[in-house]
Parts: sequence; structure tokens; C-alpha cells
Amino acid sequence: MADKTEKKEKPPVVESFLAPGHRACAGCGVALAARLALNAAGQNTIVATATGCLEVFSTPYPESAWKVPWIHSLFENPSAVAAGIEVALKALGREGEANIIAQGGDGATADIGIGCLSGMFERGHNILYICYDNEAYMNTGVQRSGLTPFDSHTTTSPSGSVSWGNRTEKKPLPQIAAAHGIPYVAVATAGYPMDLQNKVKKALGIKGPKYLQVHSPCPLGWAYKPEDTIEIGRLAVLTGLYPIYEMENTEITKVRKLGKKRQPVEAYLKPQGRFRHLFSKPEGKEEIKRIQKIADGNIERFGLV
Amino acid sequence: MKKIIEGSLALAEAVKLCRPHVVSAYPITPQTHIVENLAQMVADGELKCEFVNTESEFGAASVVLGASAAGARAFSASSSQGLLLMAEVLFNIAGMRLPVVLACANRSVSAPINIWNDQQDAAALRDAGLIQFFAEDNQEVHDMIIQAYKVCENPEICLPALVNLDGFILTHAFEPVEICDQKLVDEFLPPYRPANYLSVDKPMTFGALFEPTWYQETRYRIQQTMEEAKPLIEEVSKDFEKTFGRFSGGLLEKYRMENADTVFVSMGSVVGTIKDAVDELRKGGEKAGVLKVRVFRPFPTEAITEALEGVKNVIVMEKMISLGAGGILASEIKNAFYKNPQAPDVSNFIFGLGGRDIPLESILEAYAKVKKQENRDVFVDLRKEALEVTY
Repeated sequence: MADKTEKKEKPPVVESFLAPGHRACAGCGVALAARLALNAAGQNTIVATATGCLEVFSTPYPESAWKVPWIHSLFENPSAVAAGIEVALKALGREGEANIIAQGGDGATADIGIGCLSGMFERGHNILYICYDNEAYMNTGVQRSGLTPFDSHTTTSPSGSVSWGNRTEKKPLPQIAAAHGIPYVAVATAGYPMDLQNKVKKALGIKGPKYLQVHSPCPLGWAYKPEDTIEIGRLAVLTGLYPIYEMENTEITKVRKLGKKRQPVEAYLKPQGRFRHLFSKPEGKEEIKRIQKIADGNIERFGLV
Repeated sequence: MKKIIEGSLALAEAVKLCRPHVVSAYPITPQTHIVENLAQMVADGELKCEFVNTESEFGAASVVLGASAAGARAFSASSSQGLLLMAEVLFNIAGMRLPVVLACANRSVSAPINIWNDQQDAAALRDAGLIQFFAEDNQEVHDMIIQAYKVCENPEICLPALVNLDGFILTHAFEPVEICDQKLVDEFLPPYRPANYLSVDKPMTFGALFEPTWYQETRYRIQQTMEEAKPLIEEVSKDFEKTFGRFSGGLLEKYRMENADTVFVSMGSVVGTIKDAVDELRKGGEKAGVLKVRVFRPFPTEAITEALEGVKNVIVMEKMISLGAGGILASEIKNAFYKNPQAPDVSNFIFGLGGRDIPLESILEAYAKVKKQENRDVFVDLRKEALEVTY
């Protein structure tokens, strides 16, 4: 099940359909992932985007960074708006005119928009939904979401003298998506750009609803150096904390093996300010052990070694 | 062709005649028959459109938003809690200037839960940027849908509409309805051809971020458009009459207003009962009349003040209230006459909430109270027993 796609792959597309000059932070994992995804999809793509950083930094009227037809309606509805677009194209005899991508952050996808997302999956729309998972509500100032990892410090799950930060583990959204019986589910990271682009291309070659969740490091919210985005993205995978894999018709069909590159979770946690509290007190060691257990669980479950 | 049909079917038949590309549906009483009828038409091959069963009214509204942005003619319907769940999207549809037409089977708003008719749901959306029509009977419902598309899709308007019909009283009532001829509807309402829509041939950004330097003007322009919609609604009503040989009313309908010194103002199906009350009063020599408000948004301020010129007493009877302020229609009528030296005396009766029956006698009683100059801002027919209950 080893992932060898990177070696086979052609160089990335040069033309960018998410133009430079937008207002994303330096090192923004979402801006990087969204550009890679859209470039892989190509010009014949209609995009529906949730409210969030991506929408805000790319469309300050009268400017827009999008070179493709693009719509933003609300926080929780890109999947339903995309569904409306998809059926409209069918009814207007324009089916096949464009790929349709719906996209949003982890809050928009896993929390407030999960109802619409589930509807989009269940009804079988030919849409690729991409969740840029930066593991908190970043646009509003780093609040906890259903995809915030265990022990992460956010402004609404702060660490403190009697708290280690977020008390819950990530909602298993790829599994929830797969449980709808949709033909393709994949997890990627901005840290492996070619793998991400391959997954987008593969998804768009499959008819029906597809779900792609992209680990998208956020230098501001995670408190690490902007130049480390790719590295952080890779460490998430190499520690086993964010396994990247593909599922087809509910079965896991491909995983990225860690092999000798496997790292202890500290390698991922330590460079990030959101986990700083784990290293500031001796008792933090116990918490890190708990996080290592989560990684070990993933490694076993997905067969990562 | 005249048929004796349920209001929901009269509405669905009109939607079918408008040839929508996309219909989204989510059930709620008393709206459900509307989308059920449309679903059956699709199942029987009579209506060729994409029919989308959504996971919520929020999703239903979002689907028609996306469809309309992609260049499709779209329809959905809801009621009460469902309309409120759509609220966020409906503001958005209006702000994005998308001419979606929706129907609302008017029903009270919970709590306490109550599935019966009043007009509080539509009232809650009065500030959303929707053109709001209120029908008195099912013929009007049928005609309004077709006119609503014509108004909304006008390139100068580009706003959504909410066609209101009283839940159960109209949605479930069988009445003779003249169904429009498809050929004539096709002439009256040409295919929807928006100037801007989502297309790879001409990539555009919809729903951009507007900072304080830009936002306020978007509200101003909707307000301007609402003003421009008033003469257009009148014009479309006249065009409709020319095409179909039936005038179903513009912004207002006047009933026995000649020499009237006391005029009832109301909206929706209860106007029929009020007309009967006025007939009774006229028989007794009273100079009573009715002014029916067919279009609630844009609010026909000028047409109302003109219609009520010289009238001594205005009796506003309404099924909606702004809790903490009072009757909504009454307050807007008073506002219309602000600083007008000819302003009539305006009384406000709130009635028929949560499906409370409105007998003819209650209307006559309100009239008598106004004539005697007593208790003029009141809830009608409050039950003493219900007031004494401790919840």
C-alpha cells in the first residue's frame, strides 16, 4: 500500500489560478494548499468557498485573486451552494463545463457546515469538497474547532494552571465522509505538494462526491516560523499524528508509509507555540505520552510502518 | 383552464408554468403540499427540472442560491421555523442580487409550537431585501408567482421574492383557479438570461468581501431598487392583465373605497372576511371600505397615502407583531402619514395569531370600537381562560 505517486509525477503546473498579491499571511498553509489544489484542477473549475481566511484574504472588493469562476455565500454552505451550481449546470445543459470544487476551513466543514456537507455526499453530487484543516477558527482569532487536536492551546481552549488546552481529539471527518459511501476520500498535507495535487487530479477523475482533507499549517495560529510550513506539514505525517491516505468506496486503498523517517511526536509539537505549555512543566511529559499514544494508534490503525 | 384545486397545487402549477431549472425542497407543515406537488410533476415527467431534496431549509435556500448564481431559474418554499432557518441565506440571496422566487405558507413562530396560520414568519424577514407579496386567494397565489419572476428577473431589479399565502387557509383550501396557458406564460416570462453568472467562459468573483469603503452603498442600492420596483410591479400587473385577460392587482387593491370614511387595511386571506364585513356595514349605511396591501416590501407608502386620502379612520388588522413595539403594518402606515396634516386616525388590531379563528363579528366589533373611539390598539378576541393560566 506504499505511496509511490510522488516519484511518478510530472512537475507541477506553472500557471496559477489563485493569483499572487492576495493578503494571506507569510507561510499560510491554506493559501499554499488552495493554490496547489486549484492549479491541479485547472482553469475549467467553478469554486464555492466558505467564509473564512481563504475568502477574506483573496477577495477584498474590488480585487479578487481568483482567475476561475468563484462564489462565496456563507460560512456553512459551500457544499450546498456547489450542489446548486452542479444541478443548475445539468438543467441548463452545461454539464461537463467545469469541475466543481467546494472548499472551506475545518470549522466551516467539520462543525457549522457538516449538515450541508452530509447532504451533498448523500445526494451524490459530482463535487470535490476540500477541507483546509488548520485545526482551529483562524479567521476569528484561533478558537477551538472540532478538528483542533488534543492538548492544543487555542483562545477558547487555552492552557492554564489547571488545563492542558483542548481536551478532545480530532473529529474523524474522513471516516464520517467515507461512511456516506462516497467513491473517494483522501487526506493530504500542504507539506507534500505533489501528493496533494495528485489527489485532487484523481478525485476530479471520479464521478460523484469526493472529500479531501488537507492539513494546512498556520504560522499565526500554531505559533511557528512562517518558513517552516512545509516542514511542519511533513512532521505531522512523519510522527503519525496526521496520517495521509486514500479511501475508495469506504476501503483504505493507499497510505503514506513512514518507514525510517518516523519521528517521535515531540519533533512536531516542539516547534509550535500552541503546544509550548507541554514543555514548560515537568508534568507535560505525561501529556506528551498521551499524544504519542494517539500517534501510535494511528500508526497501527493505518499500517503506517 | 379553470380547475377546482388546492392552493398548494395552484402555486405549484404556476411554478411549473415558469419552467424553473432547479427546485429545492424540505418539508414543513403547512408548506409541504407545494413541494410534494412539484415532486409529483417531476416524477410524472410534466416538469423537467432538477428537484433537490435537501437536509434542511438552510440547505434548500443555499441550493437555490448556487443555482441562481450559475444562471438558473430557481424556486423553493418554506414556512415558519423553516423560513427562519433560511433567514441567513435569504439575506445573502438578496445581497447577491439573485432573483430567486420562494413561497411562504405563513405560519406562526415557535415557542410555543403551533403549526397554524399567522404572518409572523414573513414579518421576521421584512428587512432581508426580499420583495414580499401577500395573496388573498388561490387565484392570486397562482398569478403572483408568475408576476414575481417577471419582476425579480428584470435586469433593473435582480432581487428575490417571497410569495406569501396563509398556511392551511389558502395552502389547503380548494377553490376554482384559472390556470394560465403555457404559451402565454412563455410569452409573458421569457427564459432567464442573466448578465452575470458563474461560467468558465467569463470567470467572475461572486460574494467578495466588502470593507467599510464599499458596503454601505450596497444597502443604498437595494433600497433604491426597492423604490424602482414599485412602478414596475404595477406595470407588470397591467402587462399580466393584457396577456391573460385578468387583473390580479398591483401594489394594493381597493374594495368599496368610494366615499369611505373608515377603511380597514390588511393583508392575506382575511381580507376576504373583511370584505364581507364591509358589505354588511355598507348595507347598514356605513361608509366602510377595505384597502388590501398586496405588496409588503417594497412598502407602497405613496400608493397607500394616496388611496387613504380623505379617510377619517383607518383600522389596521394584522396577524403580525413586533414584540415590544406593536403592530408592524400599523406602525408602517402611521409612518407613511408622518407630518401629513390629512393623516387619518389609525387604529391597530392584532388578531388571528397561531391560527385563532377570525369571525365576521370580531371585525364588526373592531369597527364599532373605532366608531366609539375606545380601545383602539388591542389584541382581538383574547380568551380570558387562557390569560389566567400560569405556565
